[in-house]
This record gives sequence, C-alpha cells and structure tokens, in this order.
Amino acid sequence: MSGEIAKAFARAKARGEGALVAYGMAGDPDLPRSVDVFAAMVEGGADIIEVGVAFSDPIADGPVIQGAAERALKAGSTLKRVLDEVVPELRRRCPETPLVIMTYVNVIMAMGEERFAKLARERGVSGAILPDLPPEESGSLRATFDAAGVDLIPLCAPTTPQARAEAIAKDARGFVYCVSVAGVTGMRAQLPADLSQRLELVRKASLVPVVAGFGISTAEQARTLSAHADGVVVGSAIVRAAHSEGPQAARAMCAEIKRGLKR
Amino acid sequence: MNTQTAVGRFGRFGGRYVPETLVPALMELEEAYTAARADPTFDAEVAQVLREFVGRPTTLTPARRLTEAWGGAHVWLKREDLAHTGAHKINNTVGQVLLARRMGKKRIIAETGAGQHGVATATACALFGLPCEVFMGALDVERQALNVFRMRALGAVVRPVESGSRTLKDAMNEAMRTWVSQVSDTHYVIGSAAGPHPYPTVVRDFQAIIGTELRTQAQAAFGKLPDAIVACVGGGSNAIGVLHPFIGDASVRLIGVEAGGHGLDSGQHGASLTLGTEGVLHGSRSLVLQDADGQIQEAHSISAGLDYPGVGPELAHLAKTGRMEVRTATDDEALAAFYEVARLEGILPALETSHAFARGKELARELGAGKYLVINCSGRGDKDVATISARGVPPAVGVKP
Repeated sequence: MSGEIAKAFARAKARGEGALVAYGMAGDPDLPRSVDVFAAMVEGGADIIEVGVAFSDPIADGPVIQGAAERALKAGSTLKRVLDEVVPELRRRCPETPLVIMTYVNVIMAMGEERFAKLARERGVSGAILPDLPPEESGSLRATFDAAGVDLIPLCAPTTPQARAEAIAKDARGFVYCVSVAGVTGMRAQLPADLSQRLELVRKASLVPVVAGFGISTAEQARTLSAHADGVVVGSAIVRAAHSEGPQAARAMCAEIKRGLKR
Repeated sequence: MNTQTAVGRFGRFGGRYVPETLVPALMELEEAYTAARADPTFDAEVAQVLREFVGRPTTLTPARRLTEAWGGAHVWLKREDLAHTGAHKINNTVGQVLLARRMGKKRIIAETGAGQHGVATATACALFGLPCEVFMGALDVERQALNVFRMRALGAVVRPVESGSRTLKDAMNEAMRTWVSQVSDTHYVIGSAAGPHPYPTVVRDFQAIIGTELRTQAQAAFGKLPDAIVACVGGGSNAIGVLHPFIGDASVRLIGVEAGGHGLDSGQHGASLTLGTEGVLHGSRSLVLQDADGQIQEAHSISAGLDYPGVGPELAHLAKTGRMEVRTATDDEALAAFYEVARLEGILPALETSHAFARGKELARELGAGKYLVINCSGRGDKDVATISARGVPPAVGVKP
C-alpha cells in the first residue's frame, strides 16, 4: 500500500483541517494546460489530486464531467499520454501531493492491468478510483495493484446496505470514497439528510480515511460534511470553473472549499 | 443447456461492471427474478399475456419462392414480425414489466435504438399502467420517426440523447445515468441480452420462447430439428432467443449475422463479434469495438438496431467457443435482401432482419437440397421505409409501366 495518501490526510489533520480531494480532467482543454489547472488546484489547497482520464462512455458522470471528457478526447488525451506527460510534470511541480487516477475499468483493461500498475507506480501515482468496478469484479485487479503498491480506492453508495458498506470499508486501500447522493457526479443544492450518519458508520468500520464526494460545490457543504468525514471530494465545480475561467478559477474554487474545511 | 459458467459469467464474458449505487438494485433484481421464475403463477401470467396480447406462438412459415430462387435448402421463417408491435422485443418487455410490477417499482425507463424496444416497452407499460420514459439517440429519433410517434401515442416520454454518436450506445449510457439517480422506485428495462448481470440472463430467458416454439414447430412441420438457424446480431436478443434452446443440439448449425455496414475494412460497421476485442461496455465484459486506448468506437449500420459497438456476453462466448458461426452483411447486401424477400415472399422484413436474409441465400446453397434452414424474421420493416425509400425503389416486376 502506498503511504503517500495516509500522509496527506495526516498533514491536513495536523493543521486542523479536513482534506480536500480535488478532481480535474487530464487533457481539458489540452494536456499541458490541464497540468496548469492541477497545479493551481494544489496552490488553492488541494491535499490529494484526482487525475481524471477520459472515457468515451462514462456511465457514472454528470454533464459537466462528460463534457470535459469529450474535450479531453478531442485533444488526444489517453491513459498512456496522461502517465507519460501529465503525471511526471505534476510530480515535478507538486512533489508532495498524492495523485490518484480516476477512470473507467475499460481504459485500464485496454492498457493491461499489470502494465498500468507498473507504469503508474514508476511515475508516482498513489492510487486509482474505478467507479464501474464494484468489489465483486475487482479481485484480480486489486491483487495486481497491491503488488505494485497502487491503492485501489473503493466506493460506497447511499444504496449500499450497512453490512456491505462495512465490508467495503474494512477492506479499503487509500481511503473510502463515500458517494453522497444516488446519482451521477455533479453539483447539488441539497445533500441527503442521512449522509452524516452514513459517513459515521463507514468511518467506524474503516481503517483508512473516509471522504464524501458527488454533489459538493460550496464551503458550507464542505464544513457540514467534514464534521463527519476526513475530507471531501470536489469535481464538477472545479472542472466547470477551470473550463470557463481557467486555472485561477480552479485555484479559487479549491481555496473556497478549503475555507469550509478548516476546523 | 446452460452456458453460464459462473454466476453472471459466460466463459470470460459477463459480470457486473457498474457504479456501486446500482449493485444493490441488480442484486435485488436477480433475487426477485429467481423467485419469480420459481413461482409457477409468474410463468403462467407471462404465458397468458404472450398468448392473448402478443399473439404467440408466432408462426413458422415456409418460404417457398425463396427456396426455389436460392436453389438450396428448404427455407422457413420464424415470424417474430407477426408478434404484436412488430418484433420479438415485446417478449422481453412483457416479462420485465410484469417482473417490475411484482417488485413494486413505480416507473419504467428503457433505451432504444431502432425504436422497436421502445415501442414494446411503452406498450407493456400502457397495458399494465406504469409510466414510461424511453432514451433514444437523437440521430435515431430522426431516422425512426414512426416509432417515435408510436411511443408517444402509447403515452411514453421519448428523451432524445445528444451525447456521443447520438445512437443506441449513448441512449444506453443516458438510461444508466438516469437509473443511478432513480434506482429506488424505477426499473430499467434493458432490451438487448447485454448489460450487467442479471440482464443478459433475464432477457435471454424471456426471448428463449422463440427457440422453444421453433423446436416444436419444426418437428411438426418437417419432422426434425432445423439443420441451421440464422439470426441477425446487434446486441443479440433475437439471436440468443432463437438459438439458445438449440445450443445442446450438435446437428443444428447456429449462425449470427452482424452489420457489415460499409464493409469490414471501411471502419464503419457494427461487427463486434467479428472485429471486436475484449472490453467492458454498459456493465458487462464482452467483445466491443474500441481503439487501442480503450475508447469505444462508433458503430455504423443502415439499421438503427444493429448500430451498436458491443454485443451480449453469452453470444460473445458462443462465438469464441465456435458454437455459433459469425458472418456479416453490408448495408447494400441487406437492402438487396429486403427487396428480394419483399418481392418473392410478400414480407417487408426489418433492416436488421434483412441482414440475416442476406446471408441466408448462401447458407441455403451451402446446406444444399433436402436440408432445412430457418431464418429468424425478427421484425417487420415498416419502421424502416423512410430510410429504404430514400435510396430509391427498384421498378415493379412483371408489369409494364
């Protein structure tokens, strides 16, 4: 298991803050400029970066991230190019911040599980999130990732029964990604009332940090949730800001969420 | 015979590659489906609706003039085009909507390509009084105006999908995304024997009525099982439905015909069994058209129902193990077959079905006289007349203008 993710959560905690896991789409608007967006997110206070790798058929994503994926594919983004061009440059510019690849299982399968795990580790990737790979299907891939030292970060959903959520949490690598709403990625004005209670249950069962994601776009939401979780994931709000106003807007969005995460 | 090798797996194919939010719903569906199949009242109810409303059994028709023209095996047609709504799709939607009602679901969503599955879902929803929403690629909305009208007339809401290639795969993405947000009270009626487990099994079982009837009808009509059965393959629901009951019969050749589009070397086709590679699309591992980086490629076919870059996992398994032979027919070959069948048999087959007819001709010759070839006439061509007539109609036969 990679230690970088644990260290990033520990650093945030030591500063009295919840961790900000910030998502961006590699290759949007193109590969070099997406590196600028990621670096700006770190300057804005992101503790962990989720590097989105576009897939043509993203069934877990809402319109903002779908649109970003379409732009990234048009700009020639591929998993190989992200590992070759985005990740090394980002490691150079932000050596302290753990990088997690977020993509769909077909993209990993096309490269080959072992080849991906090896390349990812060599380039300094700490983990991967595959939203269409539930625990039942992840056995061989997780063993490969474990051997290479890449954390396969599991997801938990509002529809996940408690016993299953506990099993997922007990067995998790890196952190547990608790999906806050039954739906696709994207900003929501309201988050479910029982979310804090669910987060506490998962947290109790988990040996690794627990974060809430999907639908979070304001400092106020971040503040409410960070009382019950080790951090939050913000994606669509950052991607939208970067798309309309560039890296500075992504930095400002991260800084704004980070204000909500100060305890 | 069961080709399922592990829970939800057909050899290397199948599985359940979906967001965690959907996993409990798929488990619930699997459980409800297993319980329903074990309950004789459920099967009896499905059978009654198929008989009284759908018009089953559909007939097995001798194609005497095709037999004569092709100069080979006896050609017979399994007439799914005579089922209510004009295609085999109704077999599955009646079953799934009854299942959804049994599960207490309040609304139905579906995806559709050519619109036949959408019409069949809207029809079953009208029959049982459930609200229905159908996702359809915006391009397909344009080229299937008749079916769009039929769905709306039946009270369904048609949602045009503008993303990606604006065809079936994008409609399926959007239906899944919608299902993720409404999973507690909504059942997603998938129309192909594709998608995450248990859908490939559920759809296959409801469609296997085609092959089950054919077994009995073939014995009665020509005193034995067919020597070969041909079906077109997009996602593959009519193919698995007619072929599955014969998997254990070594004497019966099983043949699937995919969309060759503009030709296999044109890059514009829907031949995922022939040219696809292993991948995950719409929740199952199967053969898909994709590039070296794992991005799904757009399929092409003159037939909106075959315009899909994936295929059901059980068919992928049957193709890989060699139990099913796979061939392709181009757009032009399908069009030629459409007119040949229309003029020799008085049947306008769907463009999907025309692909099966296009290869039927050479198969009849390969088999030779005295053998029996059954072509699954999966649907009728009314919905395709705008597409077909746009290419110009050949002159009338035997009448002076």
